[in-house]
Amino acid sequence: MSITSYPPSSSELAPRARTRGSHPLVVTLDKKSAPRAVFSGDQLLEVDLPAGTRCIYPRPPMATLKDVDAAIRYALNHPLGSDPLHAKLRPGMKVVIAIDDISLPLPPMRRPDVRERVLTVVLEMLADHGVEDVEIIIATSVHRRMTAQEVRWIVGDRIFDAYWPDRLYNHDAEDPKGMKLVGTTEAGEVVELNRRAVESDLLIYVNLNLVPMDGGHKSVAVGLCGYKSLRAHHNPKTMRDCWSYMDPGKSALATSVERMGRLTEKTLNVFHIETTIDNRMFDKPLEFLHKNEDDWSGAERAAFKGLSFTLSKLPQAARQAIFQKVPSPYGMTGVFAGECEAVHAKTLERCYAQYLVPVQGQADILVSGIPFISPYNVNSFLNPLLVQVMAQGYLFNLYKGQPLLRKGGTMIVFHPCTDQFDKEHHAPYIEFVHDVLPQTRDALEMHKKFEEKFATNPAYIEMYRKGHAYHPVHPFFMWYWGEAGRQHVGRVIVVGADNDYVPKLLGYETARTFAEALSMAGDGRRDPEITMMHIPPIVMADVTA
Amino acid sequence: MPSPVSFFDVDGTLVRTNLLHPTVFYLANQNNPLTSLGAVARAAFGAPRMALAEMIDRRRFNELLFAAYAGTSQDRLLLLADEAFDTVIKRAIYPGARDIVQRCRAEGHEVVLVSGALDFLMERLAKHLGATHHISNRLEIKDNYATGKLLRPIVAGPEKARLVREWARDRGHDLGDCFAYSDSYSDVPMLSVVGHPCVVNPDLRLHKLARTYAWPVITLGERTRAARLLERLP
Repeated sequence: MSITSYPPSSSELAPRARTRGSHPLVVTLDKKSAPRAVFSGDQLLEVDLPAGTRCIYPRPPMATLKDVDAAIRYALNHPLGSDPLHAKLRPGMKVVIAIDDISLPLPPMRRPDVRERVLTVVLEMLADHGVEDVEIIIATSVHRRMTAQEVRWIVGDRIFDAYWPDRLYNHDAEDPKGMKLVGTTEAGEVVELNRRAVESDLLIYVNLNLVPMDGGHKSVAVGLCGYKSLRAHHNPKTMRDCWSYMDPGKSALATSVERMGRLTEKTLNVFHIETTIDNRMFDKPLEFLHKNEDDWSGAERAAFKGLSFTLSKLPQAARQAIFQKVPSPYGMTGVFAGECEAVHAKTLERCYAQYLVPVQGQADILVSGIPFISPYNVNSFLNPLLVQVMAQGYLFNLYKGQPLLRKGGTMIVFHPCTDQFDKEHHAPYIEFVHDVLPQTRDALEMHKKFEEKFATNPAYIEMYRKGHAYHPVHPFFMWYWGEAGRQHVGRVIVVGADNDYVPKLLGYETARTFAEALSMAGDGRRDPEITMMHIPPIVMADVTA
Repeated sequence: MPSPVSFFDVDGTLVRTNLLHPTVFYLANQNNPLTSLGAVARAAFGAPRMALAEMIDRRRFNELLFAAYAGTSQDRLLLLADEAFDTVIKRAIYPGARDIVQRCRAEGHEVVLVSGALDFLMERLAKHLGATHHISNRLEIKDNYATGKLLRPIVAGPEKARLVREWARDRGHDLGDCFAYSDSYSDVPMLSVVGHPCVVNPDLRLHKLARTYAWPVITLGERTRAARLLERLP
């Protein structure tokens, strides 16, 4: 099989005579256009889109850092708005290094992970300056605890063997003695964080910034907090005021987190290290999935056919293994260190440079596949609630400026919506989907009637603390995550659902084929503007009128 | 509105011992070594019958087991209770058992230990863990000596479900809001009468059932390799 050079040049990406003005990555399809490749969970489908459909492609991967270790050292020694890291160190001090958990990046990256690269340099610097009291905390917030194997993957063998489990461990937001009140913001938000982090002389946060909603104040104020703090912003009201999550200036969630983060920075001595990566999600055999289907070579077309045929014949567990067990060859595109806001401004620039594609005008119908993975199902199944998170949470929010979909428009998504859950990771999700959702889909009502009961369920809390389950409030947060999308999107139509029950629970309509979905979505409107987000890899629309 | 109740099975759920361990302790600590020897020998002789009874009827097993206490004075039962608790039960409490009981208390639950073990031992365990009540077996005492019979109701198997239901009903609790925890398939009736069943360190049979009904599965103490394998079952 011959593979074209990678990353593709911009001339390769510019589809021949099929763009409509705005940007080479916004491709307008014609009658001769090839079918588009669409993820439907862990299956790959070919979908014929009508002529005139806009298809938005991800940018090619950005140039990566040539010497990662040198870049990390440079960032630590030339920080933004802060003294260099070495100047903050003194022998005998107590240091906590907090790191992002496995929800980033997606799928997990090939070893060495960015966090291992940064930790190696930082730990060496701490040792050189006589700092021995060091603990590394995985900032899981209310996410599930990472397994030893997962931790080893992201920190590397050397650090794992030296620190796990006494000095390298998962944050526990429910440890009665493990949390400490930092204060309350002017808006009344309670900031309660990991005690060890609060009581340390220096907190170093090592972030991996996959998308613009990551990092910044969210790192410490969310990653190391618990339910008392999260409920200040992870609630239906705040989520409804986010336009979008990926545009911090227009997100009530980001604004609340910022207030809590500023209070944290005033109280604690924090040094932030943020890293950005490219969007090279697929390695050699699958890298053609980044490209415009009209530009696929014969070999690439055959590879796609072979892959989609194979996936259709394999059992689900094998399909999941194919996609999730193969790490992504992400490369590091930036590393910045120092004061939180100064650092994050640089990170956001780099993030937007990788993901943003300018798009003119909104769509009446937004089409997208829902892939096999979300931040919340690494090494497990994308359950029905996470399908909702992907559709109305992430896909809807992949914009800056105006929403890509007009108010009241229709989303057409591809996913089997299988009624399946990881019984350990997503234990409280099962009760949420099968007990709460049949009673109400109204986020405000479930917030009022059910959230507290879940939040105080000792059995689920034990599973979160000692097992590997998400915290019992997490399914509620996942539903609220789709709240802005639910308020804006008129209808969601699922193509390829293997049952009607789950889509109904989520408030979705179903169609057997894309043509049927399109006819339902058209709803008498002449020439609706149809736009397809071609993901993964991640792409964000910078939408102007 | 009455608070929720958390009902905990004890043996295998909160402690790694079973009913045999404290019984053997009592038998081995009779008035004099000869009596002890005789009592242990009699118990060993009856062991096959007890093993068979346990497989068929949990209640019958309890009756056979507690017959070994026949002739023991009430004074002696209580005199040895602290030592039996410290020597046999306390050191067998799973790490994390106290935490989960405390967590339930912190959430405002009443915590009830439901066990086939004897009341004077469960009283000490409840106090130690911070539980508020216990439902446990009581020996029949006549003229200050144990007869070897149990007073009705005998706390075992499906009877536990009835006792839990009645205990909650008598105090005005809504069973739909209550929790029950157990490690044993024989406690499925008890787990089934509450709104929030949860299995702890389950055996294969109970683990499969818990997965079928999506009941939470928790592990107290170190996770064994077998437990880790069970967790990954499809």
